[in-house]
Amino acid sequence: MFEILEKERIGPGVNRAVIFAPDIARAHHPGQFIILRTHEDGERIPLTVADKDVEKGTITLVWQEVGVTTYFMGTMCPGEKLQDMCGPLGKPTHIEKFGTVVSVGGGIGVAPLFPITKGMHDAGNHVITIIGARTQGLLIMTEEMRSVSDELLIATDDGSYGIHGFVTQVLQKLIDEGRKIDLCVAIGPVPMMKAVVNVTKKANLPTVVSLNPIMVDGTGMCGACRVEVGGKTMFGCVDGPEFNGFDVDFDLLTKRLAMYKGPELIALNKFRESPRGCQCNIPEGM
Amino acid sequence: MSDQEKDVQQPAKPKKPKIPRQKMPEQDPIERAHNFYEVALGYDNDLALLEASRCLRCKKPYCMAGCPVEVDIPDFIEMIKQGDLIGAAWKVKEKNSLPRIAGRVCPQESQCEAKCVLNKGGKGEPCAIGRLERFVADWAAVHGEGKMPELPKPTGLKVAVVGSGPAGLTLAGALIKKGIAVEVLEALHELGGVLVYGIPEFRLPKAIVRDEVDELRKMGVVFRTNWVVGRIETVDDLLEKRKFDGVFIGTGAGAPLFLKIPGENLNGVYSANEFLTRANLMKAYKFPESDTPVAKGRRVVVFGGGNVAMDAARTALRLGAEEVTIVYRRTMEELPARAEEVHHAVEEGIKFKLLSAPLEILGNETGWAVGIRCQQMTLGEPDQSGRRRPVPVPGQTFEIECDTAIVAIGNAANPLVPTTTKNLETNKWGNIVADLETGKTAKDRVWAGGDIVTGAATVILAMGAGRKAALSMLDTFGIS
Repeated sequence: MFEILEKERIGPGVNRAVIFAPDIARAHHPGQFIILRTHEDGERIPLTVADKDVEKGTITLVWQEVGVTTYFMGTMCPGEKLQDMCGPLGKPTHIEKFGTVVSVGGGIGVAPLFPITKGMHDAGNHVITIIGARTQGLLIMTEEMRSVSDELLIATDDGSYGIHGFVTQVLQKLIDEGRKIDLCVAIGPVPMMKAVVNVTKKANLPTVVSLNPIMVDGTGMCGACRVEVGGKTMFGCVDGPEFNGFDVDFDLLTKRLAMYKGPELIALNKFRESPRGCQCNIPEGM
Repeated sequence: MSDQEKDVQQPAKPKKPKIPRQKMPEQDPIERAHNFYEVALGYDNDLALLEASRCLRCKKPYCMAGCPVEVDIPDFIEMIKQGDLIGAAWKVKEKNSLPRIAGRVCPQESQCEAKCVLNKGGKGEPCAIGRLERFVADWAAVHGEGKMPELPKPTGLKVAVVGSGPAGLTLAGALIKKGIAVEVLEALHELGGVLVYGIPEFRLPKAIVRDEVDELRKMGVVFRTNWVVGRIETVDDLLEKRKFDGVFIGTGAGAPLFLKIPGENLNGVYSANEFLTRANLMKAYKFPESDTPVAKGRRVVVFGGGNVAMDAARTALRLGAEEVTIVYRRTMEELPARAEEVHHAVEEGIKFKLLSAPLEILGNETGWAVGIRCQQMTLGEPDQSGRRRPVPVPGQTFEIECDTAIVAIGNAANPLVPTTTKNLETNKWGNIVADLETGKTAKDRVWAGGDIVTGAATVILAMGAGRKAALSMLDTFGIS
């Protein structure tokens, strides 16, 4: 069992929790994820680790409420325990001194981007971070990102904060200005990663993306997380989660992510009708 | 008394009445095709006694030679005859730590029962050893009075076991009985490996696996779940940092093979591993009571002809499919699945499309599978395996409508442990190279066994490998 030590809401439907998991904290490298299960009849979902503290034996998870498990987690309070947590899983990010690295994060994708950006910064890279969201209220971890970036650029779709526009427009501007960039790391919703790759491909700027396919075991045993990269079938869990963005079939990923839309809604509605899922039972601030 | 009756009562020579092999009661096929309860119901006392009485107690028991873990078959059957069922169960457990499981999933027809003299080289009816094993082990589980064998004093030695499948559990049982501390490390949240994620509830109830694991736990085996060796710590860490005296790798045949045909990544296309994991381990059959869904296909096709294909097809049927078709390249005679499993599948209404090889999975614009295109095959000359090789019939292709397709053509070795362990030798398929008699690998203090060494095989062969590796470890440690 894995105890929740801290938990807070950091945006509408977005939560952050610090969880006691000393073995995972010790073994974790940037880019790796965990798979968790909230309770006995729960599903297994992957979440990328947003931060860790080896001394305290904790990891930090940030998640958006989209399905039954993430909504369930939204109702959990400090002192409660997650039934299972397995990790670290997946290949760590390849970190070295590349020169100038641009970290592009969209929405909830900023959370998994943080340890990678930190790693790149610690490795001596000049880090330019571009983070974006639909609107100001959905921006997360801006201060954390500022602390590990040499330059931080923030964009919102509606112009409510920072630059009015998409992260891709900010990235395009950097390229157009002739900034020398050696690597781009992009994590966010699939349409965002696809749009980033469209920009970087034209500029021949190597781009790493982190994919979030549906998973079950997370150790290469089931193949639920199949993605196509360069025309080859790969397993997101053991071959990834990071891939060369130029080669990823994002449209296939989008279709596969929608595979359980119907059942997911059934499960979520059932949960919302349960005593636990009723929002009025959740303590304030949780 | 009429003349006729006199004839019957006075045979020329008094002869022992011939008792036929006793059938095991089963759930009705039509009923069971819609539930996940166990298909085979097991012997009762009378049936078991009757069947046990058929054993000839041969001086030279060939049956034992057919058993990968060398259970003392004539002895335990004799104890059934004498009414000592607990004794019979412990007799089995001396060699086999998981008799309730083996009694259910072992292919006895090609092992002990194939060698039984009553089998007469396939013309007779062998003693139903597997059914008797299952009977005594189940009986002991219900009636046993915790008569645990006395454990010896701890030797101070400790062994780590990577993977809690049949090989690892067998090894754990064998070592703990010799006073060696055992820690079993499992990546999933439940213990049992393929016994819980792969083999369906209706063939092997999960409560039985839990009971067998609990028994090992009571004897002192330590289990750790959610523990991915290769990621959270390596085999080298286990030896160097945690100072284990030996490590056994029994990680199974972890990575599913796909057909490498167009359309394989369409929605509705599963590996058998995924389909069965969702249905068994994640209990998708009771969705939305459980949170994990699985496509409840209307028309399901399954590629492959082994036991896993039968399991996937029968699971799909139980989840509510209207029609389930197994698509196989050869004919019924060449199906690699156990005869009993094929028989059960046919009884339940699974269809077989034989001499058919898939060419493509057809999809619609939203990315879902809607059918398959197949090549008509015919049998040609025998290949290396001795089976006649399927060859395409030129120009003959056809389509089958489906909304779910399950690929059950086998597994490759999962590279996670081999690639993160120094100096561990693997072959060209990625399987760990280990001595089949001892389980010893090229790396000092590391043993391996089961599917990670042999490629996908059976539960009992994995158990046999676990047992051999345990004996080799004991030998290495100088414990008899």
